[in-house]
Amino acid sequence: MTDQSLAPDAFKRIEQTAQIHGISRPSLSYWQDAWIRLKANRRALYSLYLVVGLLLFTFLGPLIWQIDPSVQDVDQISQPPFASRTVQLVPEYQPWYPSDELSGTGLNFVAPPTTQYVRLTWDKNPAATGGYRVYRNLFPIGVERAYGLPLKETGVAENFFEDRLDLKPRNYFYSIVALDDDGNELHDQVETIEGEVIRVMAPREAISRGMLDADEAPVFGTQYTLPLHPLGTDYLGRDMLARLMHGARVSLFIGFFAPFIFVLVGVAYGSVAGFLGGMTDQALMRFADFVVALPFLLFMILFKVVFAIGPGESGIMPMLLAMVLLLWPATARLVRGQILQIREEGYISASRLLGAKTNYLVLRHMIPNTMGVILVTITFAVPSAIFTEAFLSFIGMGVAPPTPSWGSMCNEGIKTMLTTPHELIFPALLISVTVLAFNLLGDGLRDALDARMRNRE
Amino acid sequence: MLKYAFKRIVQGLITVWFIATATFFAMHAVPGDPLSGDKALSDKTRANLEAKYGLDKPLMTQYGIYLANIAKGDFGISFTQENRKVNDIIREHFPVSATLGILAILFAGAGGILWGALTALYRNRLPDTIIMFLVILGISVPSFVVAAIGQLSLVNINDLAGVSLLPIGGWGTVWHMIVPSMVLGLGTMAYLTRLMRSSMLEIISSDFVRTAKAKGVPPTQIFTRHQLRNAILPVITVLGPSIAGITTGGFVVEIIFAIPGLGRYFVQAVQQLDYTVIMGTTVFFGAFLVFMVILVDIIYGYVDPRVRLE
Amino acid sequence: MSDVNYTQPDGEESFAKAAGKQLLGFGLATVVFFGLLMWGLQTLASMVGSSTVSAKAVDAENQSITIAIATEPPQMDSTLATDASSGMILGHVMEGLLRNSMDDKIEAAIAERWEINATQATFWLRDDARWSDGEPITAHDFVFAWRSALKPENASEYAFLLYPIKNGRAVNEGDLPYTELGVRAVDDQTLVVDLERPIAFFDKLVAFPTYLPIREDFYNATNGRFGADAWEMLYSGPFMITSWVHGSSLLLERNPYYWDQDSISLQQINIGYITSDGTAKLNFFKDNKIAFTTLLAENLTNAMAQRWHIERTQDGTVFFLDFNHRPDHVTSNRNLRKALQLVLDMEELVYKVTKLPGYIPGESLFPTWLQGVEDKFRKEYPAPELILDRDEALRHLELAKQELGIDEIPELILLSGDNPLSSLQSEWVQEVLRTKLGISVKIDKQIFKQRLAKMTAGEFDMVLAGWGPDYDDPLTFGDLYASWNKNNRGLYNNPEMDRLIEQAQNSVVPRERMETFAAIQQLLFDDVAQLPMYERGVTFVIHPHLKNVKQRVIGASTDFTRAYIDTTAY
Repeated sequence: MTDQSLAPDAFKRIEQTAQIHGISRPSLSYWQDAWIRLKANRRALYSLYLVVGLLLFTFLGPLIWQIDPSVQDVDQISQPPFASRTVQLVPEYQPWYPSDELSGTGLNFVAPPTTQYVRLTWDKNPAATGGYRVYRNLFPIGVERAYGLPLKETGVAENFFEDRLDLKPRNYFYSIVALDDDGNELHDQVETIEGEVIRVMAPREAISRGMLDADEAPVFGTQYTLPLHPLGTDYLGRDMLARLMHGARVSLFIGFFAPFIFVLVGVAYGSVAGFLGGMTDQALMRFADFVVALPFLLFMILFKVVFAIGPGESGIMPMLLAMVLLLWPATARLVRGQILQIREEGYISASRLLGAKTNYLVLRHMIPNTMGVILVTITFAVPSAIFTEAFLSFIGMGVAPPTPSWGSMCNEGIKTMLTTPHELIFPALLISVTVLAFNLLGDGLRDALDARMRNRE
Repeated sequence: MLKYAFKRIVQGLITVWFIATATFFAMHAVPGDPLSGDKALSDKTRANLEAKYGLDKPLMTQYGIYLANIAKGDFGISFTQENRKVNDIIREHFPVSATLGILAILFAGAGGILWGALTALYRNRLPDTIIMFLVILGISVPSFVVAAIGQLSLVNINDLAGVSLLPIGGWGTVWHMIVPSMVLGLGTMAYLTRLMRSSMLEIISSDFVRTAKAKGVPPTQIFTRHQLRNAILPVITVLGPSIAGITTGGFVVEIIFAIPGLGRYFVQAVQQLDYTVIMGTTVFFGAFLVFMVILVDIIYGYVDPRVRLE
Repeated sequence: MSDVNYTQPDGEESFAKAAGKQLLGFGLATVVFFGLLMWGLQTLASMVGSSTVSAKAVDAENQSITIAIATEPPQMDSTLATDASSGMILGHVMEGLLRNSMDDKIEAAIAERWEINATQATFWLRDDARWSDGEPITAHDFVFAWRSALKPENASEYAFLLYPIKNGRAVNEGDLPYTELGVRAVDDQTLVVDLERPIAFFDKLVAFPTYLPIREDFYNATNGRFGADAWEMLYSGPFMITSWVHGSSLLLERNPYYWDQDSISLQQINIGYITSDGTAKLNFFKDNKIAFTTLLAENLTNAMAQRWHIERTQDGTVFFLDFNHRPDHVTSNRNLRKALQLVLDMEELVYKVTKLPGYIPGESLFPTWLQGVEDKFRKEYPAPELILDRDEALRHLELAKQELGIDEIPELILLSGDNPLSSLQSEWVQEVLRTKLGISVKIDKQIFKQRLAKMTAGEFDMVLAGWGPDYDDPLTFGDLYASWNKNNRGLYNNPEMDRLIEQAQNSVVPRERMETFAAIQQLLFDDVAQLPMYERGVTFVIHPHLKNVKQRVIGASTDFTRAYIDTTAY
């Protein structure tokens, strides 16, 4: 062992020649890093754009497309997009009291058929001892002798008929079938006429639509254009676009807020349990286990009935409340697990040794470190909340009318999916796009936020 | 092990008690009157009916009787089907729901694993694109839309074929089960396919597969022994929880395909405020799920030595 | 999804091929597994399920038809039955003293002939009437059934239909023992009924399900489960239930002991499906699985495209907007109600909103099908004519505001059912009142029982209500607004109305009764006690080979008992 004496110059500061500790890349916080990783994931990024787009659609949409979603346009019921919108001005509807002298022309329209009414007259048929039955069809009568919708049975003396049932601007085939004494149809005594119905409007309605001034003398026969419905109208003639926008508020409200609130409750509950530990933790988690065991949908339905919807209420709040009451424990468990894990980490002990207070530990370390998990949970909870809303609408326990929601619109649309598919397609598409966007975004977030994934390439 | 099972079962019983209590008080908080009908009742008739269902007693007494009856396994008499016991209703309708659910799970599991493996194998090629597109549809379209479209397509297929290939609804033979269980399992299958695909992709690029290849293990063996077997594990673990998803769809499918399952019955009972049926069904379903979970946990303990039962 | 980066190594192609082949093998194995599983299930299912579910809609060979019903009957005890499904099935498997004929007249059934006078009704039973176990149907069976319907402990909701029998009400309310009921079997074949007071339509009442017979020894042998299952019942009608799979199907087969065999030609009516989903039923019909289904407005185009023979009828029910007449509700003000009456165009409702042929715009509480003295009631006594007039309505609205001492009509609460059609209608009412009168309406959508509870408690201003007939007489509608009627849930109270109703109840002179109903009709209109909305119609399609299916407003809504199959029909 050699004796080494320590000379003072051995402790001289080395001259700094280069940036030894220079950081080659800028320092990244957890969130900055996550954001970069998220941006790198194309699918997640597009989903994020989609979500932003949906939010714009929901909140800015109604400002741009200022149509009241509850206004019923009875002239344009179940109208597909891009349908003709012209309408002709005609006099007000007057009841019709036809007389016998109408006959002599065969089966004929008394006046040009319009959406206001179709008036028919026909020659009396001596074979029709039991009167006549009037049918209306959308298709030509074939060999099946399917005459279409039976509209009315008229008496022997009544050789005229007025149709006002749900007339649309399109072609109709009217058939008059003679009946025998017992009311049986005489299939060789049938007359059919085809007519094209044109869409008309009376002055009173034109005034209420603002197309005509109240003191202006109406010029009958003038063509007007009905308001535009870019995505068509629903079964009550309400604007689909406006309803989709307002429906988005309900669906997205439930989709966002239910997860947000129950996650919040879960975080509070779970962090308390996880942090306190011991008996309190045991008791709290046992209770959470109970709530988890409640069959979700059954209780969802039950709660919907318990928190009865009052008059005029949309029923969104009861739904929200029910979801929160039933879904918080899952998050609570998750957060508790995380907290328990973090509590054992070295940096917590270090922080504690340095004299950190509990509050500081929770706020500075625990919550930020669980944020990733929480955010991912919320993202994945959104689609299932939207589905739950749609499901409840399907079994008739959804939001109350006239409040639209995508789920209830889908449910209405399903019934007419063959005849007017647009009533199903648009809301279903929006649900699908939203659910998909949140699923992909959730995937992206999980990859971006998961600490274990950070160093992996 | 026995001690663990015993402990879990006691916990399960307490959970069932909690479910029963929650159901009872939720039910009695419902505004409305289960006895009212289309025609108004006279006071006398109403009093008689109340006595029949024990509604005239104080709430806590009713609760006591209710718990005692549940302990005996007796859920009471239905309010709407006045001569039928809730036990009979559950006994007759639950097997239907269960059959449908089990078939759907099996279908979803088998399909998910097969499609998942296939897409991973043909990654970014045509089969992958097609299947993943279908998977995206399966995940993002609400179940009732899928069910309604499914039924409609079947009608049109039958129409085109000129004969009834498969029944479009009802219950009774195996043929009635095929389409509903497929529709019911579709969402879960899509989810499992995705899971299987990503798990498979992870395995494909893992070290032990590379080693096996380097060793010259025949491809078929690598595929089954190394890849498939390991990739399936995460799929198996989520099969249990996806039972909940299947129940959701079950309600819808039962309604659309006119299947006499318990889910449809429950929805009807809620609309009729049939107290006893609602309470009986909920408690039964809850208890069923609770004990299923316990059973699965215990089985896992046996199967997977890594899981310690404490 | 986490797509991990990886590069394609060499030989990947051959690996994929080999693995793909293997996967195919697994796929095939799975299919085989499912096949086996299905086979296993089939054997299991054949033990529980009914095997007739896949039957054809109309099977001429076996003289069998398959139909669907909307809901399962809760039970089939005729003294307790209140719902449409029970009524429909009871109409096929049971027959009482009298029945409604195919042309809606009262005709002899178990009773061969009958006599009704002011104080007594006597029925002579036919001696060939048999229960489905071969035992004769006797007068005692009726005495037993009627007594049990009135026993207070049975709490039958329809017991009030038996009140015309002497002491009926007193027995039902527990004031008299059931032995005091004014009905007795003189011998096995003769039934004598003492009447509480003269009644004009007792024969029509006797045709109602609550008056059906039940055999005492059988009833007692079921231990309180009478009517709960196929084997817990005894049948007196043309068919009997031979299988009842709850929630799924019922099979009705020809009753070999039925007395009137010649009028029946079907061997089997298979109720193969129970579903209230209109689209599902339409699909079943399209798939040739059921022989009959009703159509919703949204199915009409489809039905026409299928070239089906569409028919329509009415189910007898009248729908109306009922007001809350309690003084603390603004709807107790006549001028306000008048204003509503003058703007709500029920023709628009029917033509543009409900959109089904067969619906008739409402003009009166008394539907068009009710029989008057000689012709239909509404032909003899037309409903008061209503001329819609918005300006007039606004005047009434002003008057109402003055009378109520308010500047603005508060939001009105419209109670509505939770089915799609009620939603549709309430949304329409809401919109009309908003645009035409500036009155805002809150819709209160409730499930059935909660709606009834709210109606009874008076928590509404307006409610969408419907009333179906219990028996074929205007009185079934006419006494609705009596102050003592429990179904008058808006508590309409008008001494003049009460007087008219009492007059109608106590009279047996047809002309006088109809005059009174006409006066009630006028009073309802003048006082706007309610607003008739529409008479419900039924649009349906029926298999072209199935003939003679009867649509009724009372009892079995659709009656297949006398239907026959004609394969030559188009």
